[in-house]
Amino acid sequence: MALDTVAIAKANPDTNQPYAELGLKGDEYTRIKEILGRRPTSSELAMYSVMWSEHCSYKSSKVHLKQFGDKVVKTDALLVGIGENAGVVDVGQGYAVTFKIESHNHPSFIEPYQGAATGVGGIVRDILTMGARPIAVMDPLRFGPADAADTRRVLPGIIAGVGGYGNCLGLPNIGGEVVFDETYIGNPLVNALCVGVMKHSDIKLAKAAGAGNLVVLYGAKTGGDGIGGVSVLASETFDATGPAKRPAVQVGDPFVEKVLIECSLEIFAEDLVVGIQDLGGAGLSCATSELASGGSGGMKVELDRVLLRDATLSPEEILMSESQERMCAIVEPKHIARFLEICKKWDVTVTVIGEVTDGERLEITWHGELIVDVPPRTVAHEGPVYNRPLAKPEYIDRVNAEVINVPRPETAEQIKETVLKLAATPNLADKSWVTAQYDRYVQGNTIQSQPDDSGMVRIDEKTNLGVAIATDANANWSYLNPYEGAKLALAEAARNIATAGAKPLAVTNCLNFGSPEDPGVMWQFAESVRGLADGCLEMGLPVTGGNVSFYNQTGAVAILPTPVIGVLGVIDDVRTRTPMSFDRAELQLFLLGDTNDDIAGSEWAYMHGQRGGKAPIADLQREMRLINLLVAGRTSQIFTAAHDLSQGGLSATLTEMVLRHNVGAIIDIEKPGTTLISESPGRVVVAVDPTKSAALLALAAKENIAITKIGTTGGSSLIINGADISLTELRKAHTETFPKLFG
Amino acid sequence: MKVGVVTFPGTLDDRDAARAATHAGTTAVSLWHNDADLKGVDAVILPGGFSYGDYLRCGAISRFAPVMEKIIDAANGGMPLLGICNGFQVLCEAHLLPGALTRNHELHFLCRDQKLEITNNQTAWTTSYKVGQEIVIPLKNGEGSFQCDDATLAALEGEGRIIARYVGENPNGSRNKIAGITNERGNVVGLMPHPEHAIDPLTGPTADGLGFFTSVLNAMVK
Repeated sequence: MALDTVAIAKANPDTNQPYAELGLKGDEYTRIKEILGRRPTSSELAMYSVMWSEHCSYKSSKVHLKQFGDKVVKTDALLVGIGENAGVVDVGQGYAVTFKIESHNHPSFIEPYQGAATGVGGIVRDILTMGARPIAVMDPLRFGPADAADTRRVLPGIIAGVGGYGNCLGLPNIGGEVVFDETYIGNPLVNALCVGVMKHSDIKLAKAAGAGNLVVLYGAKTGGDGIGGVSVLASETFDATGPAKRPAVQVGDPFVEKVLIECSLEIFAEDLVVGIQDLGGAGLSCATSELASGGSGGMKVELDRVLLRDATLSPEEILMSESQERMCAIVEPKHIARFLEICKKWDVTVTVIGEVTDGERLEITWHGELIVDVPPRTVAHEGPVYNRPLAKPEYIDRVNAEVINVPRPETAEQIKETVLKLAATPNLADKSWVTAQYDRYVQGNTIQSQPDDSGMVRIDEKTNLGVAIATDANANWSYLNPYEGAKLALAEAARNIATAGAKPLAVTNCLNFGSPEDPGVMWQFAESVRGLADGCLEMGLPVTGGNVSFYNQTGAVAILPTPVIGVLGVIDDVRTRTPMSFDRAELQLFLLGDTNDDIAGSEWAYMHGQRGGKAPIADLQREMRLINLLVAGRTSQIFTAAHDLSQGGLSATLTEMVLRHNVGAIIDIEKPGTTLISESPGRVVVAVDPTKSAALLALAAKENIAITKIGTTGGSSLIINGADISLTELRKAHTETFPKLFG
Repeated sequence: MKVGVVTFPGTLDDRDAARAATHAGTTAVSLWHNDADLKGVDAVILPGGFSYGDYLRCGAISRFAPVMEKIIDAANGGMPLLGICNGFQVLCEAHLLPGALTRNHELHFLCRDQKLEITNNQTAWTTSYKVGQEIVIPLKNGEGSFQCDDATLAALEGEGRIIARYVGENPNGSRNKIAGITNERGNVVGLMPHPEHAIDPLTGPTADGLGFFTSVLNAMVK
């Protein structure tokens, strides 16, 4: 292919260009021509096509996401908000924490190991880019039915990829989710969360300020992998009959990333950069245009200086390449010698590829010929915005009207059968087969990890300050009522932080949906965002950033609306956290919160093939009072243990509590047909020493939270209303599922 | 007493090992792979991780790092040297210890709390334990299956050079459930599980691992 330059573009305005193949619509192509006053060069077309893709431009979601900024939460905790690589939260003692979730769904379907691995790699670089040392990762994952052939293809690869990359980076994996549902069969969800910590003064931003400053590319060399990954993969629905799109998936090398992390942290510690950006989706196109628009706007790049793994790559391919483990820094000339020296120490490849100018154009040359000359904001931030049509899908009223009819465990025999079935069902079964493939100990600061309600890491060894993080989604509820579903997921994640006694501080999200071109899906999305924004406003929790993944659908079948909500909390002394289970007998067990007949969307209903009914309505005021109770109870050390109720209701919670330390419990409950299987939100089981029960009752009264004594700990069985389930058989049911399914 | 902790590119548990050494009452000194200088340390730990990305074979490249020349000389002179996980793999590649660590028999990375039995408390790193004592420390690796030929295995068994064995189900297919071994002199120890992650029940399963680090302090003070 002959080189296409700005001069040629001016001279030959009518050349046919493959904008449609690159994913651009006709009116988007016209808009590019209007911006430039001529046709784009092929390199410019490549840049616009990747940057204006759904994945990079948020063109379908922008109008809705605006709510996170409009419904402003009053807080002093937010140091950096939406728009940067990741939000930054003040957690006290001079520390700031940054966290974010991103999706890597489509690549993981095509190439499970590499897709998942580079998902971890990408989010870790986002966190690093803020100036923070990454300290932990989490992975909410969703798959088709556990026994489906394709799940056996993608699940082992995705788990191995998450572990293979994260383990090699030395980042503890402190939690996540593994959920199965048939709508994810062609669309597994791989969401990756990373959290990092820094001092307030170390925050770095993506901006290229100061004419004469150098643009430095460092890390791995640029190869031909992941070219067009963003536009080809993330923004098009899979066509069942289409050709395999494997070459567009990036291939990662975690060793290079580990060295890049340490090298970057050493560079940050000496304050050698003005601005920094990682190279993820859309590669250099994204990094150069975003850095330039974050600064004064002018930048000159000599693209032929980029070091290549494959010398035959064209400039268009170099601009689109999504080769992993690369960073782009803006460095003052006086610091460049030291910058290069640190890169040499870590054997990190580094090249100066250009400089910041005082103009307003991003100019890219290839062996002296001008191939890109654009206003960078038009590439990075002024992409198309769609107000896509939305309409309440017809299914909503129909399924909401359905009456749930499931077996109710009333007799001892039925209770035992129900508890064992719930313990063994793939969505609730023991996930050790998965989590044992992840390193949870590295860095030596992990306080909680799977199967705890939240992950918790210590960030200061002297003061024992720590942070806790939980991610949750309940797609069954979101399917029935996306507005309430998003609020309920937010409440659950916050509660999972609070059961350990940490105080929720901030929210991130990863919004996984079907095609935005389907008005019904768009309505689900709009309702979810509205619910999350309203929920965050009510709970006083700022949204610090997030990610949208559309086009998770095969043919006409979209995934369940799956807004994964991450909540970060702080705990002043990790030694005082409330554990999720008890390790001794004769403690009293109480159920906090009201239990209603909330069977719709429950695991028990799902196991019986029933997807209808009405989702619960979130009562966030009550959730906040419950959180206050849990945090106050931890502070005054009332609890021996506390564990959230969610999927699988009281049955699943009790199963997890008694198996954790192999100490049984004797439980006596009213209406077991409801109480055992209902998934009413806002509930927690707590274990207290009998001497603390009066204090607990007083606290519950003060916060106006319903409280019911349900039993005592001890023995080698879980006994519920006389149904005696030995811990041995319960453990067998709970732990056999995954090894049986996946070897 | 000064304990050196080596950082190769790709080393992960260096800060953990330094923390454990400090916890035990020694002074941890950071050693860089590219420096042929041991900074006057009395003992050295090669921590876990994926040095050089496990390219070629685990530990195969690290053994040629400049710092390793000095370490091999010092170990041959009797300096206490502990290789944990990837460090154990480096010691085998450097021929300071016999055998090799191969992929776990189930072919997965495996992270779990592992029960071990201490079977030799005469090495520089195990005097704080009793023979027959059971401890629980994290095991986490993809290539932890200890393999060697029959003659070597017979020698290790016959000379009491197996310092710890896995208790219960064999987690990775190691011959004779071997978790760690020592050299003839007892100053060089290789251990697959991670004692540095078990120095405080707050962050590890137990504090059972601390004994490895107090042992070396005792060995030097003696």
